[in-house]
Amino acid sequence: MTMTLRAFAPSAPEAQPPYLHPEYGSTVKRAPQRPLLKLEQTLTEVTGPVFTGGWAGADAADLTRGHGGPPLGERIIVMGRVLDEDARPVGGTLVELWQCNAAGRYRHPVDQHDAPLDPNFDGVGQVVTNERGEYRFLTIKPGAYPWRNGPNSWRPAHIHFGVFGPAFATRLITQMYFPGDPLLPLDAIFMSVPDSAARERLVAAYAPELGVPEWALGYRFDIVLRGREATPLDPQ
Amino acid sequence: MAAKLIPTPSQTVGPFFHLALDRPAWSDLTRDGPAGERIVVTGRVIDGDGMPVADACLELWQANAAGRYAHPDDARPDKPLDPNFHGFGRVSTDAEGRFRFVTIRPGPVPGRGNAWQAPHIAVAVFARGLLKRLVTRIYFADEKANDTDPVLSSIADPAVRETLLARRIGGEDPPTYRFDIVLQGDGETAFFEI
Repeated sequence: MTMTLRAFAPSAPEAQPPYLHPEYGSTVKRAPQRPLLKLEQTLTEVTGPVFTGGWAGADAADLTRGHGGPPLGERIIVMGRVLDEDARPVGGTLVELWQCNAAGRYRHPVDQHDAPLDPNFDGVGQVVTNERGEYRFLTIKPGAYPWRNGPNSWRPAHIHFGVFGPAFATRLITQMYFPGDPLLPLDAIFMSVPDSAARERLVAAYAPELGVPEWALGYRFDIVLRGREATPLDPQ
Repeated sequence: MAAKLIPTPSQTVGPFFHLALDRPAWSDLTRDGPAGERIVVTGRVIDGDGMPVADACLELWQANAAGRYAHPDDARPDKPLDPNFHGFGRVSTDAEGRFRFVTIRPGPVPGRGNAWQAPHIAVAVFARGLLKRLVTRIYFADEKANDTDPVLSSIADPAVRETLLARRIGGEDPPTYRFDIVLQGDGETAFFEI
């Protein structure tokens, strides 16, 4: 039988960070030296894991619950849509999230930063987007934390996001930042993205309409994945 | 044609991903009892100094034993779906940079035109120090179909092609393959732009 498969269009190169970015020290020994080999997309790349039907387990959208009491910090609602570059919603896709607490400490053995753990906060969430591509998390605003990327380096407040999208080709891991954070222009990871408009895509928008008065601030963070090529792959 | 939206850039997964992404069950793609030959794949991820990458996360995507992907865009009726095989795996490296996952040997899948691809597993590598993922493929050195695989055939340098071939480790049951991922330098693994 023939199937009409469409490949995913490449992202504009300046919208993605490079591998080697010496300002981010860890890239120096981990970036490949050979140029990438161009691989024409096949069934392998245009298919990908399906997470509808609860394969990844139940949604865990409220990071403030599940402990003896509420966590410390600013309560925030983070909402957005997963879309592709053609503005088509990506429904039924898994979004995974992780972050440190309000003091800037991760509940992870490698994090020994001198900031307290919060017994009422783990910092892990997941949801599957609805048919409109929407997701919503309730959490607390993470704190900045220091890292060994040069003297007095601090990561801006950020939430790690992983999104699958429809295919192996669309899989994305990224970080969400907060508007007006003075640490952003000083952060080697954020600044590794060459194009300033693409960098702005990483910064959530303060969205009072998404908040709840006297209870939680709202932020909007849309995630835009690769769109499709206009013409199909040859029939198979 | 409407202007495209600006895409969301990639950022590094960082060193604390285990918090959310570590799901030990996901390193065994056979846990629901799929059809096919059970195999183990193991190896190390190493950096440009030959040092272990102890904080890498690998994601795996493959077809079932018949060569069918569990995705609606693979609608070929002549290749059966296996309700016990989802096709996705995830495993992170240990303190020595080692990983190990269990799966079933994937069947061949079609490529472009009338070509067939040799059995392979698509791999995405995430780690601190990688601002975006690295994409590679695991092929099996003892697979005859490798000779006519379009991707392997497109690689001019045999040493580079060799980095994509997992080698059988003798005397192991289930069949166990070794596949190292060298991020940089001597023996650097072939990585793809997809």
